Amino acid sequence: MRKRNRAAIVLVSLALALIGAILLACALGAVSIPPLDIIKMTLNKIHFSNFQATWQPADETIIFQIRLIRVIGAALVGAALATAGVLFQGLLRNPMADPYITGTSAGAALGATIAMMLPLGLAFSGLGLIPIAAFCGALITILLVYNLARVGSKTPIVSMLLAGFVVSSMLSAIMSLLIMTNGELQLKLHSVFAFLAGSISVQYWSQIAVIAPLIIGGIIIALFFAFHLNAFSLGEEQAAYLGINVEREKIFILALGSLLTACAVSLSGLVGFVGLVMPHAVRLVLGPDHRLLIPAAALAGATFLVVADTLARTVLAPTELPVGILTALIGAPFFIYLLRRTRREYAF
Amino acid sequence: MLSDSNSLFMRNVSFSYFNGLVLRDIDLNIADGEMVGLIGPNGCGKTTLLKLACGVLSPIRGEVSLGGISLKKLSRKQVAQHVAVVPQYFNIPFAFTVAEVVLLGRTPFVSAISGETKRDHEMSALALGLAGINHLENRYFNDLSGGERQKVILAMALAQEPKLLLLDEPTTHLDISHQVEMLELVKSLNREQGVTIIAAMHDLNLASLFFDRLVLLKEGTIVADGSPREVLTESSILNVFSASVKVSQHPVTSTPHIVVLPREASQN
Repeated sequence: MRKRNRAAIVLVSLALALIGAILLACALGAVSIPPLDIIKMTLNKIHFSNFQATWQPADETIIFQIRLIRVIGAALVGAALATAGVLFQGLLRNPMADPYITGTSAGAALGATIAMMLPLGLAFSGLGLIPIAAFCGALITILLVYNLARVGSKTPIVSMLLAGFVVSSMLSAIMSLLIMTNGELQLKLHSVFAFLAGSISVQYWSQIAVIAPLIIGGIIIALFFAFHLNAFSLGEEQAAYLGINVEREKIFILALGSLLTACAVSLSGLVGFVGLVMPHAVRLVLGPDHRLLIPAAALAGATFLVVADTLARTVLAPTELPVGILTALIGAPFFIYLLRRTRREYAF
Repeated sequence: MLSDSNSLFMRNVSFSYFNGLVLRDIDLNIADGEMVGLIGPNGCGKTTLLKLACGVLSPIRGEVSLGGISLKKLSRKQVAQHVAVVPQYFNIPFAFTVAEVVLLGRTPFVSAISGETKRDHEMSALALGLAGINHLENRYFNDLSGGERQKVILAMALAQEPKLLLLDEPTTHLDISHQVEMLELVKSLNREQGVTIIAAMHDLNLASLFFDRLVLLKEGTIVADGSPREVLTESSILNVFSASVKVSQHPVTSTPHIVVLPREASQN
């Protein structure tokens, strides 16, 4: 099966690219540490080998207590957003759908903001209410936007974009209002702004321990829906003819996309365009078959965000840019390019 | 769960969307191996009847059953393993190849966990052959002409191994040679593979030429049911379509052939 071999080659290459990016990202920073040393100390750490330490003990602390946490956080966020983008685009048959455009991110952000208002020490530890509140916000928003955009049995691109925009604007307004008026949020103003601009704010392994299983599990579950997502690409009516329980699966897939978005938002705030650009770029190169698209987009999204986050903290060092600024700078022109292309290729 | 018998029974079936009944007290029995055309003016309920027959719509009154089992007792997946639908038209916003589209016909058989099997690939290859589009396998669906697309959709439906095939105006978007080719194909599936066919048809002459039995609908009720010769009469067409026609004989097949009369001629 030539097709299966090609898929394997693509996925292995993407996985190697991700590992390379992670290594490079760990190596770069205020103190640069040679990648080879990083490999050695990691192998030592997991008791796989016992290399002679040719590095400072402080280097080990930098890698394991600071950089690796952040880099893995970035990879998880990128993978989650890209997979959520694939799910939304496939289900809605709409190449413009992504967690940002559909308002899901804004919903998750509002949920998270409300959770931050609570004077609980847990709020920023990753174990607290933020992911749950973000998930509820994301799910309510996607259902709202979807139903607003729906015309009969179709969800046209234009009405989806409009509904997403309107709902996002409204949610952002509510969020601004809360930030202006709530004392608890005023105290956390710097964190709140970093959150809104999108920055990888992962500091503890405990955060990774909570979110990683959710994101990885979510991506694996998404893979089980790959064949049915292909059927959804033919339209909901055709999916029903092909024996799919459309209403039930649609809610499930929307919930899964919202869960992934909420996980990403709880680690990084609002990082835009990854969920739009990554599925698209991968689809242009590898085709629309979700059985390959889902894992490939997840790996590519992870790699992309690791690179973007590394640039965000090194380009203007010691000043750190929110990574959301970088993804938007790259993503927005790509989105405009897609809109122009769309007129020819995605005409409904 | 379902036996090989796939006779379709509709007993006293009514259906409405939001305002007013679309179908009223439909009684219809279609036996294995029949080839039935549904005819009637726009909005008379042909498409709705097909959607009830495959269970994506449920009647508000009455019962639809397949092989003696009520559709209410069957899951969507079970129905899709026996009944396939060829819609009028659909488009795909992504660049799928023909082979990928046809493989989607295997959806009701593919398990989410283990993925598609060798048999699924064999059945889609077979369906491509039956529809006569082996040569299109690696083309993109969106690059094809209307006639070619219609055959791909038919091949996808055939990959479902249907005992009952429902077609919604399969010739509407096609030119005359593709119309005939499409209906020849459907007829050979009926004659050679034993697939039961129910098709909504717009063109009365094509319906007369290719179908053994015609069901004439008017405002959601069946007004005539029988052979083309019994159903396609000048009075029934005047009654249902409000169109004055002359029914003659097809010069070669002797089936009824309808000629439209301009208003002046019909007044004389």
